[in-house]
Amino acid sequence: MRCDNCKERDAVINLTQVEHDTKVTLHLCEQCAQEKGIETGTAVLKSPLGTFLSAMGKGTALPVPADALRCASCGATLRDFRDSGRLGCAQCYQSFEDHLRDLLRRLHGSSQHVGERYVLPGANGEADSTSRLLDLRDKLRRAVESENFELAAELRDRIRVLE
Amino acid sequence: MIDLSLLPDGGVGWLDASGPNPQIVLSTRIRLARNLVGHPFGTRATDADRGAVLARITDAAAASARLRRTVTFHLDELDRADRQLLHECHLVSKELAALDRDPARPRPGTAVLIDSPAGVMVNEEDHLRLQTMLSGFALEDAYAELESIDSELGRLLPFAFHSEFGYLTSCPTNAGTGLRASVLIHLPGLVLTKEIGKVLQGLTQVGLTFRGLYGEGSEVVGNFFQLSNQTTLGKAEGELLDHLGRIVRQVIEYEEQARDVLLKTAAGTVEDKVWRAYGLLRYARSLTFDETMNLLSGVRLGVGLNLITGLSVYTLNKLLIHTQPAHLATMEGRQVGDPELPATRASYVRRLLGDEVT
Repeated sequence: MRCDNCKERDAVINLTQVEHDTKVTLHLCEQCAQEKGIETGTAVLKSPLGTFLSAMGKGTALPVPADALRCASCGATLRDFRDSGRLGCAQCYQSFEDHLRDLLRRLHGSSQHVGERYVLPGANGEADSTSRLLDLRDKLRRAVESENFELAAELRDRIRVLE
Repeated sequence: MIDLSLLPDGGVGWLDASGPNPQIVLSTRIRLARNLVGHPFGTRATDADRGAVLARITDAAAASARLRRTVTFHLDELDRADRQLLHECHLVSKELAALDRDPARPRPGTAVLIDSPAGVMVNEEDHLRLQTMLSGFALEDAYAELESIDSELGRLLPFAFHSEFGYLTSCPTNAGTGLRASVLIHLPGLVLTKEIGKVLQGLTQVGLTFRGLYGEGSEVVGNFFQLSNQTTLGKAEGELLDHLGRIVRQVIEYEEQARDVLLKTAAGTVEDKVWRAYGLLRYARSLTFDETMNLLSGVRLGVGLNLITGLSVYTLNKLLIHTQPAHLATMEGRQVGDPELPATRASYVRRLLGDEVT
């Protein structure tokens, strides 16, 4: 039987999915199955995330060792993520983008968010004054903590104007 | 000891059994995971980082219309019994309350802002876990409630969002919508007819998952199951909720069918079972929590089948919450580990059931 996806190679996997209460069976070749994020080896999808993550990238040579790939923002390495299953900061999603895209596809069946779109406050150039004020207060707290009093004084003045 | 009466409805308004299908579905809970740009996530955050996140969120809540009147509990300032009390109300997770590791204390900066039926857990695994819990089977209402808080906070705080991956979360299993909806459902019919295995297996095949009474990592007691969506990315919020809703409706139907089968094929046995459960609750002098849950499950089934009349679902819900260790200890002025607690529990249950005419 030919693969339902590429119509070229022989189908070796029967994938049965239930979507909207209807059973859909797909016959796929190994390559197409992998592209769709279906585990074709012996690894079981239900294994804990840790084991699952360590199996990530199996079969494909990693361009760089997991220790060397580091998030510039929080300093977490790809290995840290694989060990803990948790990312260090929002920037990690950019730092480990390719690896995460692959993982997200395996976990969710897709890496493309189709839900609510979010726009950062002020992204349209018209930040609401409350959100600007909250942002300045946060910066002020950080400036005081890092003892950058010159910046803190400037921020305090800007806050006063807004208030 | 904290005073939950500070909260508009004691934090557990969902107990009132006012929602749809309250006899089978106890409650509907939805949470949205959100993080702030420019602050490290939970695992890499220092005490100062968490403090900054909490200050920012507190400021935003104060500036918001929706969360201005929240009551805030700082978990690191509460003793274990108080944290357990909040957890038993499903207001904080085991992790946030540090109940999963003994004798550790919650880390500084962990807090919960409560404006029932909504709340925000701060500095759990994600910076914000917005949540709401309603009585019965009420996915749409619960989401509408949450969405308004989310959009308001999103205008005041910079949420971490990626055009492809959606809302960014500490664990990739929550990325995308960050939405986890769960329905707490009572399935004694399916358990007694031994059909439950098939149903639970079916759930995993359609992208849902099940957990025990207290969510992730908790055991199933008293035939209460939490059914929720497994994936959070690749489908819109509405789709995720529709899908869960459709399957839950199906499970409710299966449960009703199983109850019919029980009544048709084993009416005598079932009747004996539910009245025995009632009898034990009504007259026992010592009850453990697990035993109480299992007996309450039997009585709840009896009420559902109209074998026991005159007992309200609200009373059953109240018993479910108030017989938990921290609630009972607080109400009766005892310690959680008090060896007299089973006797106190039995006496409380007798009192509450005695007030109702059967």
